[in-house]
Amino acid sequence: MSAVLTPARLDEALRLLAENPAALAMAGATDLLVRRRGAIPGHEPVLLSLAHVAELQGITEEAAFLAIGAATPFSRIIADPLVHRYAPLLVQAAQTIGGPAIRNMATLGGNICTASPAGDSLPPLYLLDARIELASPAGERALPIAAFILGPGRTALEQGELVTRILLPKAPRFPRERFIKTGRRKALAISVTSFAGRARLDQDGRIAEIRMAWGSVGPTVVRLPALETELVGAPVHAATVERVGLAVHQGVAPISDLRASAGYRRLVAANLATQFVEALGG
Amino acid sequence: MKVRFELNEAPMEIDVAPDRRVVDLLREDLRLTGTKEGCGTGECGACTILVNGQTRLSCLMVAAQLDGARVTTVEGLAATTAGATIQRAFVEEGAVQCGFCIPGMEMAALALLRQGDAPGRECIREGLSGNLCRCTGYTKIVDAVERAGRDLHAGREEQ
Repeated sequence: MSAVLTPARLDEALRLLAENPAALAMAGATDLLVRRRGAIPGHEPVLLSLAHVAELQGITEEAAFLAIGAATPFSRIIADPLVHRYAPLLVQAAQTIGGPAIRNMATLGGNICTASPAGDSLPPLYLLDARIELASPAGERALPIAAFILGPGRTALEQGELVTRILLPKAPRFPRERFIKTGRRKALAISVTSFAGRARLDQDGRIAEIRMAWGSVGPTVVRLPALETELVGAPVHAATVERVGLAVHQGVAPISDLRASAGYRRLVAANLATQFVEALGG
Repeated sequence: MKVRFELNEAPMEIDVAPDRRVVDLLREDLRLTGTKEGCGTGECGACTILVNGQTRLSCLMVAAQLDGARVTTVEGLAATTAGATIQRAFVEEGAVQCGFCIPGMEMAALALLRQGDAPGRECIREGLSGNLCRCTGYTKIVDAVERAGRDLHAGREEQ
């Protein structure tokens, strides 16, 4: 048995965390309580429940960005008109996470802090230039998501710090935005490979801007910035599609595990990208 | 700690370890064994309950999280019009095989049918996508929820 701390305000949460440095921050608990099953009975860490911390809940629009409270569950993100307007790619991804009950519990901040290579909200957040806002008794700071996530299960979160909000800059939407998840089944599946893409064409039908990200094919989300640059000005035809497939096949770094082999993941990562690029022409 | 919540429309107060799993609190402390534990890791939906009207997995919740909440378990299903309609439809459509997944299925169906109009099959499949039936009797389960949706909708129009 261990204590469960249930603060209602952020300053209270930070104070409790400072007083209980070994406490585990718990939002939706869908991952944390599964991992906690392995704890030695009698030695379970104290839980710091963030579900009722007012500052961590909900979605607000500010001048330059959309702010999503870290403890906002995915079902609320999916239902929110502001997220549909500014981050439809995140909505697409959120709809593939777990099943309906999991989406009522699991939170965006939790998905980020878990830092799984297969976290489905992560590829969209990289493409949306998300910034992770952190608070500690010493003050606030914000990091780009790519600087916050360091490796599988590893983040830049420091002792005594909590993720408070996810900030999405209000940039113009891309005409083509697509998230695709492949897994063993449609619901309650951990991604074998996931893909997020955003693109716009110029008036001649050539690629004006393209951004792509893959999940589950490396220790963190994989981006291929050189390929993105190289594709600017390319026409959407068979040679371009082929070039994308090759670059992705060589660029991703998957591992083999119980869900899929590295070779399969490499192939699927390339196929998802070529499908996306091919569809730009249609 | 003392946890106070509303359980199946009755006030409940219980002295319990704050980190006790809700599924254990329900099944072992309160002897409400309708809620089932399948996987214990949030992958099967057998332990689905409603908390403040939303589906939650009771194997991934601790007692302290229930404080102040409104909780419905499968034992409280029959007391609601929608719940009774769902139960009747499951019986009439022959949707129950071994029965282990059914409490979770019915709770997920209740949350779905409360959202409004009679849902179509695709919408029902999506609504039940977090609930596994290892007898694989999904077709009749979807039939039952479709029927319950129709019956409820017809009932509403009559009123």
